[in-house]
Amino acid sequence: MNTMLKLVAAVSTAALPLTAAEVTGKVSLKGTPPPEKVIAAVKADANCGKVAQGDAKTRIYLVGPDGGLANTIVYVKKGLEGKTFTAPATKVDIDQAGCMYQPYVSAAMVGQTLAIKNSDPFMHNVNVQPKVAGNKGFNIAQATQGKVDEKSFEKPELGIRFACNVHPWMIAYVSTFENPFFAVSDDKGNFTIKGDLPDGKYTLEAYHQKGGAVTQDIEVKGGKAKADFTIEVKAAQ
Amino acid sequence: MSFRSSRGLFAYAVFTALATLGLICMGGLVTSKGVGMAVPDWPTSFGYNMFALPVNQWFHGGVFDEHTHRLWASTVGVLVVFLVRFLGGVESRRPLAWIGAVEVALGASLLAVGPSWKGAGHFLMGIGGVVLLAALTGFRGQRAAAPLPTLGWLSFWAVQIQGLLGGLRVVLDQWVVGDLTLGLILGLVHGCLGQGFFVLLGVIAFCLSPLWESISLSRPSGPGAGVPFWFGLGCGLVVLQLILGASMRHQHAGLAIPDFPTAYGRWWPDVDSESLVRYNQNRVDESSVTAFQILLQMAHRIGALAVVVSVGMSLGSARSRYGAASPVGRLAAVWLAIVLAQFALGASILWTHKAADVATAHVALGAAALLTGTLLILVARKLSLPECGTAPVGVVPVFAARSAR
Repeated sequence: MNTMLKLVAAVSTAALPLTAAEVTGKVSLKGTPPPEKVIAAVKADANCGKVAQGDAKTRIYLVGPDGGLANTIVYVKKGLEGKTFTAPATKVDIDQAGCMYQPYVSAAMVGQTLAIKNSDPFMHNVNVQPKVAGNKGFNIAQATQGKVDEKSFEKPELGIRFACNVHPWMIAYVSTFENPFFAVSDDKGNFTIKGDLPDGKYTLEAYHQKGGAVTQDIEVKGGKAKADFTIEVKAAQ
Repeated sequence: MSFRSSRGLFAYAVFTALATLGLICMGGLVTSKGVGMAVPDWPTSFGYNMFALPVNQWFHGGVFDEHTHRLWASTVGVLVVFLVRFLGGVESRRPLAWIGAVEVALGASLLAVGPSWKGAGHFLMGIGGVVLLAALTGFRGQRAAAPLPTLGWLSFWAVQIQGLLGGLRVVLDQWVVGDLTLGLILGLVHGCLGQGFFVLLGVIAFCLSPLWESISLSRPSGPGAGVPFWFGLGCGLVVLQLILGASMRHQHAGLAIPDFPTAYGRWWPDVDSESLVRYNQNRVDESSVTAFQILLQMAHRIGALAVVVSVGMSLGSARSRYGAASPVGRLAAVWLAIVLAQFALGASILWTHKAADVATAHVALGAAALLTGTLLILVARKLSLPECGTAPVGVVPVFAARSAR
C-alpha cells in the first residue's frame, strides 16, 4: 500500500508540475502597414503552380479583424538571468509545402531540434545564414518529397532567416532562446506562454520581424500573468 | 587550320565578347532574382558533374538561371582559351601545353585527396584538357600584333580567376568576415571583374576590327588634339558607378530607397535610427535596410548625375577637337546615348520595384558604357599620335600596330 501511494504521487508530480505558469495576452497592431502582395511567381512557376493552394501572398503583417497581429514572438527577455534550461526533446517542425514555408515564424530553444521537411514533390534548397556568432549556417538541397533534415542552433538569435533560392519568395524566420518561455502570436494576435515559470517579476518582449520590438514588465503571481502589446507602424514619410 | 584573314579572327573575338556580354546578363539575372545559391555545391551541381546534371533538375526554378550561368561561363572559358591560341599563334602552343598539363595533373592529384574532392578534380582536369586541346590545335596563324597576345593572356587568367571566384562565392557563402559574409564579398568582386573582363575582350575585338585599322591617321587640325580630360573622368566615374552598383546589388539593397527622383519623399533622406525604423516597417519586401545602404544608393544617384555631366562634356569636347563626324565625335555621341539610357534604366529599376529584366539590362548597359568609354580613349589616343602605328613609345602606339593577317 505504501509503495502504491508513492507510485501515485510520483506519477502525479510528473504529469502536473506544481509550478506550471501561464502568461497570456494579445499583440495588436496600430497604424496602417503596407498591404500584403500576391506572389504571382508561385502560380507562374511550372512546378509550384501545380501544388499552390490559392493565391500565395506575403505574410509580413497578418492582422486579424480586431487588430490582432500574428507572427509576433513574445518571450521572457529579463528575469531569468543565471538560470539554465534544457532544450526539450520535442522537435520544431518547419515544412515546405505548396512552395511556401509553414509556419512563417517559429521559435525554438537553443539546442532544440528543428525538423526541416520538404512536402513538395520537387526540390527546394534551405539556405540559412544566422548573424550571431556560434550559430552555424547551412545551405542544403532537399530533392525528394518527404525528406527531413534536422538542425539546431547553439545561440539565442531573433529572426534567423530561412530562404529557398530555387523559389526565392520562400522565406521563414526562426528565433532561438535560452529559456523555454516564448510563444508566437496566432492569427488573432493571441499568445500563451506555458511552462514552469516561477512567480516573480520579468520583462517580456514582443518582437515582430518588420514592426519591431516592444517590451513590458510583468509580475507572475500564482502562476498567472497577462500582458498585452501594441506594435505601431508609423508612416514612412 | 588558319584564319584566312584577320576578319576571321575579328569575328571570333566579337563572338567571344558578345558571349561574355550574354554571360554578364545571365549573372545579372541570377543576382537580380536572388537565386545564386539555388545550387549549393560547386564545381559539381547537386553532386553531379556540372555537364551531366539531369535536365529535369536543370529546368527547375532558380536552378535554371544558376546552372545556365555556370554552363555559359564554361563555354566562355573555352572560347577564351582558343582566343589566346589564335592571338598568340604558334608561340602560344608551348605555354598552353604546360598550363594544360599542370591543370590536368593538379586535377588528378585532387582525385587522390578524397571523395569530396572528386568533383573539383574532374572539373580541373576538364579545364586542363581544353587548354591542352587548344595547344594541340593545328592553327598556324601568325602571332597577332602586340599587345594583343598579351591582352589575350590577360583574358585567359581573368576568366580562370573569374570562374574560381564565382565558385568560391558559392562554397564559401557561409563564411563570415567581420560583419560581411565571404559570399557577399566574393560576389561583389566577381561582379566587378566580370565587367572588366568584358571590356578586355571588347578592346581585343575592337583592335582586330576594320574600323580600328581604318581610323584616319591624320591628326585633327589645330591645337587641342589628345585625349580630353573628360574622357578619362567619365570612364573613371563609370568604373566607380559599377562598383557602387555591384555593392548595392550583392547586398540586395537596390531598393534601399524605393522612390525616385525623391528619396523617401525628400531630396536627401533622413538616416537616423527612428527614420530607419519607419522605413523598414513600411517596406513591402522581406529585407530591411541600413543607413549605409541608403547612403550607398544616394552616392550611386549622385554618381549617375556626374557620369551624365562628364560624358556630356566629353561629347562637347570630342566635337570641338575632332569634329562631330569624326570617329571620336561619333563614338562620344554613342557613349552619351548609352549613359542616358542607363540613367533611365536606373530610375526604372525603382519604378518597377526592381524587375529582374530591367535590373539586368542596367548591368549590361553599364558594361557597354565602360567599354565605349575605354574605346573612345583608345581611338582618341590613336588619332593623337604624330604618326600612328610607327611611334614605338609607350603602350598606345603598340595598339596602333596592325593586327595579324
